[in-house]
Amino acid sequence: MAESTVHQSRSRDLDKLLLRPGNLVAPTFEPGAQLRDDLQEYARILVVGAGGLGCELLKDLALSGFKNLEVIDMDRIEVTNLNRQFLFRLEDVGKPKAEVAARRVMERVSGVNIVPHFCRIEDKDIDFYRDFIIIVLGLDSVEARSYINAVACGFLEYDSDDKPIEETVKPMVDGGTEGFKGHARVIIPGSTPCFECTIWLFPPQVKFPLCTLAETPRTAAHCIEYAHLIKWDEVHSGKTFDPDDPEHMKWVYTEAVKRAELFGIQGVTYSLTQGVVKNIIPAIASTNAIVSAACTLETLKLVSGCSKTLSNYLTYNGVEGLHIKVTEFVKDKDCLVCGPGVLLELDTSVTLQKFIDMLEEHPKLLLSKASVSHQATNLYMQAPQVLEEMTRSNLNLPLFELMGKVPRDIVHVTGTTSRDDKKASCLRKLCLVFKGADAVTDQDMAVGA
Amino acid sequence: MAEPKAKYDRQLRIWGEHGQAALEKATICLLNCGPTGSETLKNLVLGGVGSITVIDGSKVEPGDLGNNFMVDESCVGQSKAKCVCTFLQELNDAVKAKFIEEYPEALIGSNPSFFSQFTIVVATQLAEDSMIKLDKICREANVLLIFARSYGLTGFVRISVKEHAVIESKPDHFLDDLRLNNPWPELKRFAETIDLNVTDPVAHKHTPYVVILVKIVEEWTKAHSGALPSTRDEKKEFKELLKAGMVAMDEDNYKEAIEASFKVFASRGINSDLLRIMHDSCSEVESNSSDFWVMVAALKEFIANEGGEEAPLEGSIPDMTSSTELYVSLQKIYQAKAEADFLAIQQRVKSILKRIGRDPDSISKEMIKSFCKNARKLKICRYRPIEDEFNNPSVAELQKHLTDEEYSVAMGFYILLRAVDRFAANYNSFPGQFEGEMDEDISRLKTAVVGLLSDLGCNGTTVTEDLINEMCRFGASELHAVAAFIGGIASQEVIKITNFLFFTAHNKTICSHGGNFHIQQHRSKVSIIGTVECFDGTGKLSQSITTSWDGAVDLLQALPPIYAT
Repeated sequence: MAESTVHQSRSRDLDKLLLRPGNLVAPTFEPGAQLRDDLQEYARILVVGAGGLGCELLKDLALSGFKNLEVIDMDRIEVTNLNRQFLFRLEDVGKPKAEVAARRVMERVSGVNIVPHFCRIEDKDIDFYRDFIIIVLGLDSVEARSYINAVACGFLEYDSDDKPIEETVKPMVDGGTEGFKGHARVIIPGSTPCFECTIWLFPPQVKFPLCTLAETPRTAAHCIEYAHLIKWDEVHSGKTFDPDDPEHMKWVYTEAVKRAELFGIQGVTYSLTQGVVKNIIPAIASTNAIVSAACTLETLKLVSGCSKTLSNYLTYNGVEGLHIKVTEFVKDKDCLVCGPGVLLELDTSVTLQKFIDMLEEHPKLLLSKASVSHQATNLYMQAPQVLEEMTRSNLNLPLFELMGKVPRDIVHVTGTTSRDDKKASCLRKLCLVFKGADAVTDQDMAVGA
Repeated sequence: MAEPKAKYDRQLRIWGEHGQAALEKATICLLNCGPTGSETLKNLVLGGVGSITVIDGSKVEPGDLGNNFMVDESCVGQSKAKCVCTFLQELNDAVKAKFIEEYPEALIGSNPSFFSQFTIVVATQLAEDSMIKLDKICREANVLLIFARSYGLTGFVRISVKEHAVIESKPDHFLDDLRLNNPWPELKRFAETIDLNVTDPVAHKHTPYVVILVKIVEEWTKAHSGALPSTRDEKKEFKELLKAGMVAMDEDNYKEAIEASFKVFASRGINSDLLRIMHDSCSEVESNSSDFWVMVAALKEFIANEGGEEAPLEGSIPDMTSSTELYVSLQKIYQAKAEADFLAIQQRVKSILKRIGRDPDSISKEMIKSFCKNARKLKICRYRPIEDEFNNPSVAELQKHLTDEEYSVAMGFYILLRAVDRFAANYNSFPGQFEGEMDEDISRLKTAVVGLLSDLGCNGTTVTEDLINEMCRFGASELHAVAAFIGGIASQEVIKITNFLFFTAHNKTICSHGGNFHIQQHRSKVSIIGTVECFDGTGKLSQSITTSWDGAVDLLQALPPIYAT
C-alpha cells in the first residue's frame, strides 16, 4: 500500500496528463492508471545515440513515464563533450557513452531500467529493433539516420489495398541540432514521409574544387584541405589519415601554415584546422535540450495519445530571435524505403548466390556484399565469420526454396552502396515475386507473415 | 584537471572567446528550482556562467522525483535549493554555486535590494503579482530579468529588459559589404590596373568578379549620367554586358559576376534600420549613456563626414574564383579601408567620451572594432514593463488574435495563464490542481477568463471551452519535458542577452505542446526588430515567415503590437 502511494505521488504531475480525460487528445486516448502503468511496464523505447541529444533524451524519457529504455552508441566520451553531455564527468573521458549515460540516469531516477549497447547500429540484427514501440534518434549523421530509417521502414508491410498494416508500423522520432538551430520530426512509416522521402532536405556537403586546392587557394580552409586531402597522401602514401590522432592533425596544421605563408593567406589556426578536417559542428546545451524535449513530448503523445502529435516536421532557429516552423511534408509514394519495396521478379531457379550478384547490378540498388534475411531467418550473412560459414551452404540453393516456396514475399538485404562518393551501409526492403510459381502452390502456401 | 577551455571548444566556435568571457562574468539568480528553473540553470552551468544563486523555500517531495532530475531519493525532505545546487555544482566545478532556502515571494517583498548584485535574474513559476513587483525592482536596479513558466503542456518565456543592444547579431543571411556600386578611391584604382580583355585565357578566367563588376558598373554609370541600372530591362542589359565579356563557357568568375549582379542594384548608403537607431533619442549622448550609444553617436558623425553617407566598411570579402594573387590583393584593400574607417570611428568615440566627461580610453579597441564590423547589423530590443503589458494591452490586436485561426490557441493560453493566477488568488489553489472538483473548477476558471477579458477591454471575445477544460486538466502540473523545453529556450535567451550577441526573442513566447506545437511571439512594432515568427502547429505550412531580417520588416507591420513599447 505504502509502495503504491509513493508511486502515485511520484507520478504526481504526469498523472494529470495520463489519468484525466480531455478534449484535445488523440482519438485512441484511454485515460487512467492502466495507461500510466502500461507505459511503465510495456513501452520499450530505443534511444539511438548517447551524445548531446541522447543524454537529454534519456533523462527526458525517464522522467516522462517510460521505464524501459535502451540506448545504443559506438563512441567513447571526449573532453569536448562535457559542455553539453551532462551525464558525463571529466573522469569518464575514454569510457563508452552508452554505458555511462545509462548508469547515471538509473542512479538518479529510480524505477527506470536502461540497457546500454556499446556498438554500431549496423552491428545489431534487424530483429533487435523489432521489439521497440518507438525508436528515438539523437544522431549526428545523414548515413546513420538513413540506416535506422531503412530498418524501421523495413518492418512495414502493405495489405492488398496498398494500405500500411498497422501492426508493422514502427514510428520514429528524429532530432538534430547544430549551434542555435535544430529540428524534430515524427516519422510514421507508411503515413508520413520517411527519411529517404525527404532526403533532398539535406544540402550536399561543401566540397572545394580540386583545382582551387591545388592551384589557386584563397582561404585558410583551402590551405587546410590541401594539406589534408592532397599533401598527406603525397608524403604518407599508404598511411590513412586519422583525424583523432593529434600527431596527424598537427602535421596537417603545420603543412597548412606553410602553404598559407606561401600564398600570403591569413587565418590558419589549429582550431580552424580541426574544424575543417573533422567537419566539427558547433554545439551547445540549450539547443539540444529544446530539441530533445520536443522529441520526448512527441514520443509520449504517440504512445499514450494524451495529446495530438506533431505533423510532422518542426524546425527550430534561435539565431535571430526565436523561430519555430512546422511543416507537413508529404510521403513519396515511390520511395524505395518506406514504399511497398523494390519489386523484383525472379525465376524459381535463381540461386541465392545469383540473387546476391544481381543486387550489385540492379540500377535502383547497386548494393554490394549483400546479406539476405527472410522473416526472422538469415539466409546468408557476409559477417561475422561464424555466421558466414553457417550460411554459406545456402548460396547454391534456389532462393524460392529457401523462402519456403511462397510465390511472393518480402526480404531484407543489407550491404554497401556509394552515395556522394562515400560508401555507406545500406538496408533495403525487397518484394520478390517468383515467376512460374504454381497456381496450386499459391493456395497451399501462406503468403507473408 | 584538463585544460578547462578544451571542454568549451564546441561553443567557442559559436561565440568566441569574448562571448565566453562575458558568460563567465555573469552572475545568475534563479527563483524556484523546480524542473523549469533547474533545467534553465543546467544549460547555463554547462556553458560556464560565473556564478549561480538558487532561491527556493520548498522541501523535496516524492512528486518531485518524478519531474526533476536534480533531486533523488536521498533528497526527500531536504531543501530543494540545496539539492539542486549540489547537483549543478557537479556539472561544472568552475561555476560558483550558492543557495538560499527562502520563498522568492517573501524575498521580493522583504529584501528588494538583494537582487541588485546579479547580472540577471531568472524567475520561474512566479504568479502575476510577484512578476510585477520583481519587474519594477530589476528595472530600477538595471538587472536583466527573464521569466519562464511551465504549466501542463503550455508555458511561456518573457524577457523584461529596458534595452538590449545587439552588436553581433550574426544573422544567417546578410548582404556582404562590397561597395560595388560605390567604390572608394583605392578600390577604383586597383580595378583600373586590371585589364578585363587580357589575352591570356587563364588570367581572363581568374579575374575576381568584384573587379569585373566594379569596372562594368563604372562603364555603365558613365554611359548613363551616373545612374545605376534600375528598371528590369536595364538590369537585364547589365547582365548581358557581363555575358559579353566571357570568352569561354567555363569561366566561373564571369558566372559568379552575373549571379552577384544583384549586389550592384542594391541601394547605396545605410539601411532603414540603422537609420532608425541613429535617429533614436538615445543617440544624443550624455554622461550616463551606455557604451553602445556613445559608439552610435560616433557612427552618426562618421557617416555624415568621412564616411560619405556609408557605414564603416565591414572589411571581409567572400571567397570567389580568382588567382591567389589578385584575391589576396583585393582582401588587403578591403581590410585597409575597414581599418581606416575603424580608426576614424575610434577617434570620434574618444572625443565624444571626453566631451561627456568620461575617460576617453574606457571603451576598448575590441569593442569598437566589433561595433564597426557589425555597424550595418546593429539591433536594439526594448521590452515593455510587465505592468504596462498587463494594464495597457493593445485591445484590437488581442481580439484579433483570439479569433484568428493561426494564433487563437497560443493567445488563448496567454489569457489562461493569467486567468489561473487570478483563480489562485481567489481560491488558494489552481484549477484542477486537486482531484474531485473538476466541474466546479472549469466553471470558476471560465468566470476568471471572462473577468480578465473584460478588464482587458476585450468584451465579446472568448477562449474556447476546449482550451479552458484543457487548462483545468493540466492542474498546474510541471511536466519535465515541457520544463526542459522552456528551460532550454530561457537559457538560450540568457546567453544572448548577457552578451551583446544575437538577437533575442522579442517579448513573450507562448508555448503549447498540446496538439502539435504552438509558439508565438509577438513582436514590438517599434524601432527595431527581430524576427517574426509565428507558427502554427496544425501541420499546415504556416504562412511563410522568412527568417531573413529584410523580410521581417514587412511582416512586422502586419503583426499585432500587443506588447508594443
